[in-house]
Amino acid sequence: MSPSRRRFVQGLAMGGMAASLGLTSRSLWANAEQQQKMPTLRGTDYDLTIGEQVVNFTGTPRIGTTVNGSLPAPILRWKEGDTVTLRVKNNLPESSSIHWHGIILPSSQDGVPNISNGFHGIEPGTTHTYQFKVAQSGTYWYHSHSGFQEQTGLYGPIVIDPMEPEPFTYDRDYVVMLSDWTDEDPTVVYAKLKKLSHYYNFNERTHKDLMKDLKEKGLARTWSERKMWMQMRMSQRDLADVTGYTYTYLMNGQTPADGWTGLFRKGEKVRLRFINGSAMSFFDVRIPGLKMTVVAADGQYVQPVSVDEFRIGVAETYDVIVEPDDGAYTIFAQSIDRSGYARGTLTPDAGMQAAVPPMDPVPNLTHTDMGMDMSAMGHNMHGMGGMDMKGMDHSKMAMGGMDMKGMDHSRMAMGGMDMKGMDHSKMAMGGMDMKGMDHSMMAMSGMDMKGMDHGPHPMGGKSTPVHPSDFSSGKVVHAPTEYGPQVDMRAAAPRYRLDDPGVGLRNNGRRVLTYADLRNLHGTNDPREPDREIQLHLTGNMERYMWSVNGVKFNDAEPLRWKMGERLRITFVNDTMMNHPMHLHGMWSDLETGDNDFIPRKHTVIVQPGSRISYRVTVDAEGGWAYHCHLLYHMLGMFREVQVS
Amino acid sequence: MRKINMMILALSMSGSALAGGMNDDPFLFMLKMDKFELRDADEGTALAWDAQAWAGRDLNKLWLKSEGEKLSGEGTEEGNLEVLYSRAIAPFWDLQGGWRHDFRPTPDRDWLAFGVKGLAPYLFEVDATAYVGESGRMAAALSVEYEYMFTQKLILSPELEMNLYSKDDEEVGVGTGVSDLALGLRLRYEIVREFAPYIGVNWWNKFGRTADYAEAAGGETSDVEFVAGFRLWF
Repeated sequence: MSPSRRRFVQGLAMGGMAASLGLTSRSLWANAEQQQKMPTLRGTDYDLTIGEQVVNFTGTPRIGTTVNGSLPAPILRWKEGDTVTLRVKNNLPESSSIHWHGIILPSSQDGVPNISNGFHGIEPGTTHTYQFKVAQSGTYWYHSHSGFQEQTGLYGPIVIDPMEPEPFTYDRDYVVMLSDWTDEDPTVVYAKLKKLSHYYNFNERTHKDLMKDLKEKGLARTWSERKMWMQMRMSQRDLADVTGYTYTYLMNGQTPADGWTGLFRKGEKVRLRFINGSAMSFFDVRIPGLKMTVVAADGQYVQPVSVDEFRIGVAETYDVIVEPDDGAYTIFAQSIDRSGYARGTLTPDAGMQAAVPPMDPVPNLTHTDMGMDMSAMGHNMHGMGGMDMKGMDHSKMAMGGMDMKGMDHSRMAMGGMDMKGMDHSKMAMGGMDMKGMDHSMMAMSGMDMKGMDHGPHPMGGKSTPVHPSDFSSGKVVHAPTEYGPQVDMRAAAPRYRLDDPGVGLRNNGRRVLTYADLRNLHGTNDPREPDREIQLHLTGNMERYMWSVNGVKFNDAEPLRWKMGERLRITFVNDTMMNHPMHLHGMWSDLETGDNDFIPRKHTVIVQPGSRISYRVTVDAEGGWAYHCHLLYHMLGMFREVQVS
Repeated sequence: MRKINMMILALSMSGSALAGGMNDDPFLFMLKMDKFELRDADEGTALAWDAQAWAGRDLNKLWLKSEGEKLSGEGTEEGNLEVLYSRAIAPFWDLQGGWRHDFRPTPDRDWLAFGVKGLAPYLFEVDATAYVGESGRMAAALSVEYEYMFTQKLILSPELEMNLYSKDDEEVGVGTGVSDLALGLRLRYEIVREFAPYIGVNWWNKFGRTADYAEAAGGETSDVEFVAGFRLWF
């Protein structure tokens, strides 16, 4: 279907479940919760039925996967401290499952077939009973962990009310669940990606961009900027595998044409619980005209931070509080590749809407996103006189002259700062001011930079003088399994980029949330230092559409074996050009932001392209756990089983 | 076809003991008609094709390739079929080996084939194969293609194709050295990814002995042809 056709059908304003409430705005007031279009179920006992149903998001009727006839699945509203019992009946013709995402529970209740202890999926026609004590509060979600059922609709919100009073107040509480719908069969989507990995990408750079670049930058600079991408056979527009070409982006199950509506009265504080329940889509969320105060991330309270915009990776959740004035506001969630958006309206009057802003321009990936930005050195070498490399302008670096094979980092672990392998004679760094740099770089050969990483970093200004790189040994090692047809890129200089909002959000004039902003409200839960560190590389071949961890896909991988009671540091190195939301089941990921005293806890952590990031895990849950990238079509290969004993 | 595809997919994805029954590397099938075109040759209108099919998984595939040309009203002038096993050896490269059968011109010729196919730096699609035939004949074929995007759907694709032979083979009209070279330029419009009509121009030239043989047979040794056709895959 062509994009124009899609826009046309969206214009038809088709309702998701065709479940028009038929209520006047008056009666809507009486039952604002119903506005979610997802029923809310409460209490401790639940009967959930997984089934198939005709849905119509685009003008073409399709079969969706529903829970109790709802897509998205109903909102489950639990209470912290309760024991919940959920009887899940599977009416599908195939095996199914429900995984309670972000919920800390025994392995046997986690709902991942053949990994969770004793659980092998819910066979057709049977009922499986989950039962566990709810040990936390906040915003979470649930979804199928079988086949591609999550893509066809099996996902829903979980809201857990806390036992203790909340550290903030609000008058109204809405779930805002973002997701992506395709009329195509997900197995066909996957097959298409395998046959032509850029099948859905209609945002490539074309003749027009080239002419513009030539005019603005001249031939030499245009060539030098593009040369490396062409040599590496990669696209600067490889932002999303599956796009608005086939996706209709949904907000609470509503298409952009319909738009979800949340009502408020003037002066009210509104809590919005954003959940990204997509199969494949990252969203950049903002509400033009409103500041959002982020109060929780992945269900856990954080110190309030006021932002204009945030990026929400697949499976993440953010709770924000807004204080709208007397008017309508558009909740605008554009996909990371700007191929479409989900939309809703906050309004005091159901008949009132606000303007929908235009999408931002399609961004280009940069050398930073390839882990090629050597200004990382500036950071790690803070305090080494005359070594500030931040000023190095990579746009002026003619990387073309550089032998990329030589940069193959088995020889040149830039992360570890062993610069010996870097052949400067081959680097045509035309236009770059080499004066300050040349010297310091010479001095670096042979120097063990690892030792330096650990040295004191007088950074001044911050109360906790720590840089994230202090946490890790600093050495990036690409395993031998990363070399082969299954891996087409290895990041040369993967940086900690906690304060980088990411491609498309840099310097956009808005205050954008970054991981560096996240500070646990109550202080670090487990202040222990890690006992050991595990480095996991996120790898893939984007051309062949193969995904793996350390170059080894799930089928061929041994489980990770962790010891009960140990404290781990996981360091992720992203050797691809895509963002990967990494999700660890059963245990918290204590994200190392640089502030040891207020480490935020997450269940899903975005690892930016060409970057590294680390978190601590207290291994306190026995049994089998899934550990994977939450992009559905990456997950099949980019997956590990964790066995805790 | 879609149904068959789905069945293959369903088969390859079922029965897995993996988490959620997922298999990251399903058995897939692809048919690709790279070229299917009419050429206004000096000798009349010709129909030319270049088609490939593969079945397999990420790293191992079985390929069928066929290309040829047929003048209208006459039989097939040139045509071959290759059956190749391909194995990925590098991120962007597959090694291919197998058998090529030239069923036109007659007499038939059979070759053992060994080559590489992949994406070279600067995004050139390369297919280079060496052949060993009967009585010690050797041959090589090279094709290089590039895609220049005018828009997301309007794509200009220059292409070079050439053949080399180690020995004269008068019966089929090829001589030692570079026998022929073709430069093509095709502008296609992808109505959908899978279907793109195109127009273009194709210049070819025969060299050396090959040209002599062609002349002796009363044929052309060089031509500029306008072409129109479509590209199709599923």
